[in-house]
Amino acid sequence: MAAPMLRGCCLARRGALACIDGGSRRGRGAAIGCRSSGKRGRSSVAQQSLITAQKSGKGEHAWAAVVGLEIHAQISSNSKLFSGSQVQFAAPPNSLVSFFDASLPGTLPVLNRRCVEAAVMTGLALKCHINKKSLFDRKHYFYADLPAGYQITQQRLPIAVNGSLEYSVCVGKKRSQVITRTARIKQIQLEQDSGKSLHDELRSQTLIDLNRAEGQLRVDANISVHHPGEPLGVRTEVKNLNSARFLARAIDSEIERQINELENGREILNETRSFDCKLGCTIPMRDKEGKQDYRFMPEPNLPPLLLYDTASLPPGADPQQVINIDRIREQLPELPSETREQLVQQYGMLPEHSFTILNEVGLLEFFQNVIKETRAEPKKVTSWILNNFLGFLKQQNLAVNESPVTPSALAELLNLLDRKAISSSAAKQVFEELWRSKGKTPSQIVSEKQLELMQDGEALNQVCLAVMEEHPQVVLAMKRGNPRAINKLIGLVRKATLSRADPTVIKEILEKKLSS
Amino acid sequence: MWARAVRFGLRSWVAWRRGFTSKADPQGNGRVSAQVIEHLERLALVDFGSQEAVARLEKAIAFADRLRAVDTGGVEPMESVLEDRCLYLRSDNVVEGNCAEELLQNAHRVVEEYFVAPPGNISLPKQDEQEPFSYN
Repeated sequence: MAAPMLRGCCLARRGALACIDGGSRRGRGAAIGCRSSGKRGRSSVAQQSLITAQKSGKGEHAWAAVVGLEIHAQISSNSKLFSGSQVQFAAPPNSLVSFFDASLPGTLPVLNRRCVEAAVMTGLALKCHINKKSLFDRKHYFYADLPAGYQITQQRLPIAVNGSLEYSVCVGKKRSQVITRTARIKQIQLEQDSGKSLHDELRSQTLIDLNRAEGQLRVDANISVHHPGEPLGVRTEVKNLNSARFLARAIDSEIERQINELENGREILNETRSFDCKLGCTIPMRDKEGKQDYRFMPEPNLPPLLLYDTASLPPGADPQQVINIDRIREQLPELPSETREQLVQQYGMLPEHSFTILNEVGLLEFFQNVIKETRAEPKKVTSWILNNFLGFLKQQNLAVNESPVTPSALAELLNLLDRKAISSSAAKQVFEELWRSKGKTPSQIVSEKQLELMQDGEALNQVCLAVMEEHPQVVLAMKRGNPRAINKLIGLVRKATLSRADPTVIKEILEKKLSS
Repeated sequence: MWARAVRFGLRSWVAWRRGFTSKADPQGNGRVSAQVIEHLERLALVDFGSQEAVARLEKAIAFADRLRAVDTGGVEPMESVLEDRCLYLRSDNVVEGNCAEELLQNAHRVVEEYFVAPPGNISLPKQDEQEPFSYN
């Protein structure tokens, strides 16, 4: 079995309380995923949040919710964690299964080097302490998709512990204020994945496919509530959460349910629940077994996993057989937080904008390509990318790489705008046209639609004079200090010039005329 | 070296046993309670089936308890007999798999290249529903 997975440790055994956010109403743990195919991975995060009870009848008795996330992420590798069979999405059932994966007697696990490197890299990216010695254990339970009757995992001493991740949250009435939070990572461990079961209700049977490698990112949440200062409450586990949105709603509803139960004198059972998205609440899931006893024991077929750094590397060791943490650290790509910081420093971007740019796949590259080809101010570029470009993408439900507008086209448009060849409203028109017609350059569109700004200052002067003469009442109102009057005049001049004059220039001319 | 390994292994082994026997045998008379037997049967899917089997378990626990006579203070527990061995790291290449037909030959029932299993776990019958056999 086993697609290689990284598993981040959950808050299960309590303990991991992260920062208490005094000011906020509610906070949640963040989901952190490490995408890779192969064995499943999990990383977990714990964050405490403070919420005040909604029921005014019971008085203002503060509740604190503790949320821990168990995240299973598949490692990107060619073969599985413990066997040499392939990792591939959507292959014919049981075609990627070796004798070990089928748990045939006499087969043994052989650890995949790439999976270890992936785990170390993930641990480093999440600022964990990498355990130079980690151990493998067996976690026993019975289910048809687990033919061995146990799963090889790292419960006692996982490969990485005690990390953290900073993330940003939009708060405030208009969600315009961005604050950063930190989530603690308790541990990251390598573990096997179980197979896939398809339930056939009709024929009362379950079909088992031992391929694994579903390319999934799965999250389970562990939730409990308590009064600050008192011991932690009984936790429930919520499973089958398929999206970030459901995750948030499920956690919210479970916190509310627990508070409700406790305030009405009832107890919370330590159970597994699942989120019913139609009902909008969690419902009990597993059988009344109560707590599972996994009978953890050391995996007898795997010696401890030893990692080295440059200082401790044994001399003359086979490079294939040793893993150097320092080398892996050097190979880390630039992490998102570094990139965001760079954007803020280099382009004067607002932090929340840097998040938006990085959160959209391909947008950073698009942005950087536009910057390369344009003379326009970076802030202008940022504004056009986030407002106009992204707006159109979302409206037409397109990904960045499906955009009909290329970075070069946008760069050219911004250049035209920058040297005042066209007005900003004309630029918007051109941009709209770029989305509709493929292959036309901004310059072509500008000349086709005659959107060039009037460069002839004298001609514009004449138009202004003419408009002022035609509308003496408005001029009078303007002289009297009516602010709307000047806008009306500007509008009239623009109409007269077929929108080919820059409103700011018009305003200047009119004001000059007025004062003269 | 074997003796050393045994000594090192004792500590964790004894600690486990200590935990187990105190749970199983709160009165300290060497008997394992019916409750614990039922729990074990459910967890490990074994069927003790007879008083003789339970007695054998009790004898095994008593035998292991004799390890408590050894003083393991200050001794690092051994993780496994392999702990001095090197964990072999395999290169990330595809070298096996693609034998669905062979694997499925082992199965009692198959449906289109899937193994067939009963729906969900079949729970063990409760104690009173089982074959009459009293744990005393």
